[in-house]
Amino acid sequence: MTTMTSPARTAGATRAADPNRKQHRSPKAALEWIALHAFAVAAALLFVLPFVFVGLTALMSDSQSLTPDLWPTPFVWHNLVQVWHTPGFPTWWRNTLIYAVLGTTLTLLSSIPVAYALACFRFRGRTVAMMMVIATMMLPPQVAIVPLYLVWAQDFHLTGTLWPLIIPMAFGDAFSIFLLRQFMLTLPREYLEAAKVDGCSDLRALTKIVLPLMKPAIAAVGLFQFFYCWNDYFGPQIYTSENPAAWTLSYGLQTFKSAHHTNWNLTMAATLLVMAPVIIVFFFAQRAFVDGVTLTGVKG
Amino acid sequence: MSVQSASTRGIQGARHPLIKGRSVPGQTLKGRRRRETLRTLAFLSPWLLGTGLFFIYPLVTTGWLSFTHYDGFGTPTWSGLANWRFVLGDYPFFWPALANTLWFVLVIVSLRVLSGLALGMLVIRIKRGSNLLRTVFYAPYLAPPVAGTLAFVFLLNPGTGPVNHLLGKLGLPQPGWFNDPSWSKPALALLAVWGVGDLMVIFMASLLDVPQQLYEAAMLDGAGAWNRFRHVTLPHLRPILGFAIITGIIATMQYYTEPLVAGQVASGQIGGSGQQVEPGYPSGSTLTLPQLVYNLGFQRFDIGAACVVALILFVLSMAFAALLMRRRSGLLSVED
Repeated sequence: MTTMTSPARTAGATRAADPNRKQHRSPKAALEWIALHAFAVAAALLFVLPFVFVGLTALMSDSQSLTPDLWPTPFVWHNLVQVWHTPGFPTWWRNTLIYAVLGTTLTLLSSIPVAYALACFRFRGRTVAMMMVIATMMLPPQVAIVPLYLVWAQDFHLTGTLWPLIIPMAFGDAFSIFLLRQFMLTLPREYLEAAKVDGCSDLRALTKIVLPLMKPAIAAVGLFQFFYCWNDYFGPQIYTSENPAAWTLSYGLQTFKSAHHTNWNLTMAATLLVMAPVIIVFFFAQRAFVDGVTLTGVKG
Repeated sequence: MSVQSASTRGIQGARHPLIKGRSVPGQTLKGRRRRETLRTLAFLSPWLLGTGLFFIYPLVTTGWLSFTHYDGFGTPTWSGLANWRFVLGDYPFFWPALANTLWFVLVIVSLRVLSGLALGMLVIRIKRGSNLLRTVFYAPYLAPPVAGTLAFVFLLNPGTGPVNHLLGKLGLPQPGWFNDPSWSKPALALLAVWGVGDLMVIFMASLLDVPQQLYEAAMLDGAGAWNRFRHVTLPHLRPILGFAIITGIIATMQYYTEPLVAGQVASGQIGGSGQQVEPGYPSGSTLTLPQLVYNLGFQRFDIGAACVVALILFVLSMAFAALLMRRRSGLLSVED
C-alpha cells in the first residue's frame, strides 16, 4: 500500500504536536525551553547569513568588496542596475523564462494523461510501466547525453538553441508523472466510478472530475518543473554553450565571475538577481511547495 | 482542500438520466477489451514515445558506442574493449572520481539526513514562529545551484570571504576551502547541508504523524527523551528514513553542477565545450563521475570512453533504484 501524508496536516498539526504542550513551570522545563529556542535562533541565523552576506556584498563599492568589511559604506544600489545592463544578462533572463514557461506547460500537458492512466486504468504491464517511470526518474542525465547530443547536433542541427531543452518536455517527465500519480491514487475512487456509470468518457472524467480535484498537486508539480528549468545547468551547458545568445541565467551566471573576477560585488549582485525571483515566487506559493515536497515523501 | 465542493460539481456535471456505456448493444467483450487497450495506449503515448526516444534509444546507443572509437565526426569504428581498458586503466581521473563520488555519497547523505531530522524535530517543538523557522530552513533548498555555489565560493574565499574573516577574529584556523584540495569537499558538503530543507519538510510531515498517545504512554512508563526517540520516533520514521537515504544516494551519485561550478569559479577558468581544462579543481578533488562524461565526451571528444563512464554510472544508479523498489521494503511501491 502506498499512502501519503495528508498535506493539510502539516500546517494545522505543527503547533499541537509538541509532546510537552502544557507549560510546565519547573526550572528544568524552563531551561529546556531556553536551550531549544537558543538552538533554533542560532540555526536560523546560520541558514540566513549566506543570503545576508550575498545581499550586503552586492551593494558594496568595487574597492570595498576587496576588503573583509561586512557592511557596505556607502550602499551602491547602482550595482544591480549595472549587472542588469551587462551585455547578455537580459537575454539570459528571457531565455530562462522561455525555457521555464514552455517547459512547464509542455510537461504538465503531457504528464497528466500518463499519470491518469497509471493511476486509474487496469492493464497488463502496469507494474512494469511504473517501474520504468521510477527508473527514468533515477536516471542520471549524463547517462543518455552523448547519443542525444549527437542526434540534436547531427540530425536536427538544433544545438545552440533552446529547443533540445524544451522539446523533450512534450514527452512526459518521469518525476511529474510519479507525483501526479501518487496524488491521483489518494482521490476517492467512488467519484470516478459514479461518473463511469453515468456514461462519462475517460477524457471527460479526467478533465471534469480529476483535474478540478488536483489543483494543489498540479500547482506543486508545475512549480517544481518551473524551478527545475530555472535552475537547470547541465542541459544549457551541453546544448547552448556554443551560442551565448541562447544561454540561460544558470549558465551565464558562472561566466560572470571570470568576466569580473576582480569584483565580488558585481558577481554577488548578479547572484542576487538570479536568486531573487525564485525566493519571491516561493514566498507567494509557499503552501504549494511544502505540500509538493510532502508529496514526494512516500511511506510504506 | 476543497475536495468536497469541487467533486460534487464534477458529478453533477456528468449526471445523465440513463445509465449508458455499460453495455452498448452489439459490442462483444473482445471489442471492449481492444477499445480499452487502445484507450490506455493513447493516454500513455507521450510517455511511451519519450521513454523510447530519450531513455531506451540513447541507452542502447551508449552501450554500442562504448565499444567503438569515435570522436564525434565521421563514423564510429569498432574497437572492442579498448575504451573499457582505457577508462579503468590508463585514464588517470576515473578512480579518483569514483572515490570522490563515494566520499560525497557517504558524507553528504549522512549529514543531510541527520541535519534534516534534527531541524524537523526542532521546528515541530517550537510553538511560536514555527512557520517562519520552516521558511528560513527551507528557502536555501530553492536557491539555484549555480547561484548557491557562487555564494558559497564567495563566502568561503580565503582572501576576503566573511567566513574566514570571522574565523580569524575568533582565533580559529582559516582553511583554503574551495582552493585547498583537502577542504574543497567539506566546503561542498556545507553547501549541501545548507539546502537540506526538502528533507526537513518530509521528516516534519512524518514526525507529526507519530501518534501522541505513544509518547504519553512512554512518558508514563518513565522513558526519557532518548528512549522516547529511540523506541517511538525512530521506528515510526524507518520507512521515510530509508526513502531519504536511498534517494539521497541516487541524487548524490549525480552530483554535478555544484562541484563543477565551484571548481571553475574558484580556479577562474571556465571549461567550455572542446576546451581542455584540468578537471575537478583543486587537484581533481571535486571531480565526480558525471563530470567525467562531460570531460571525456565534450572536452576530449573521446565519445567511446565517455559512454563507458555513462554505463558505469547507469549500473550504479539502477542498482540503488532497484533497492528502492524492492517489494519487501515497500519504500516506493509500484503497486497501489
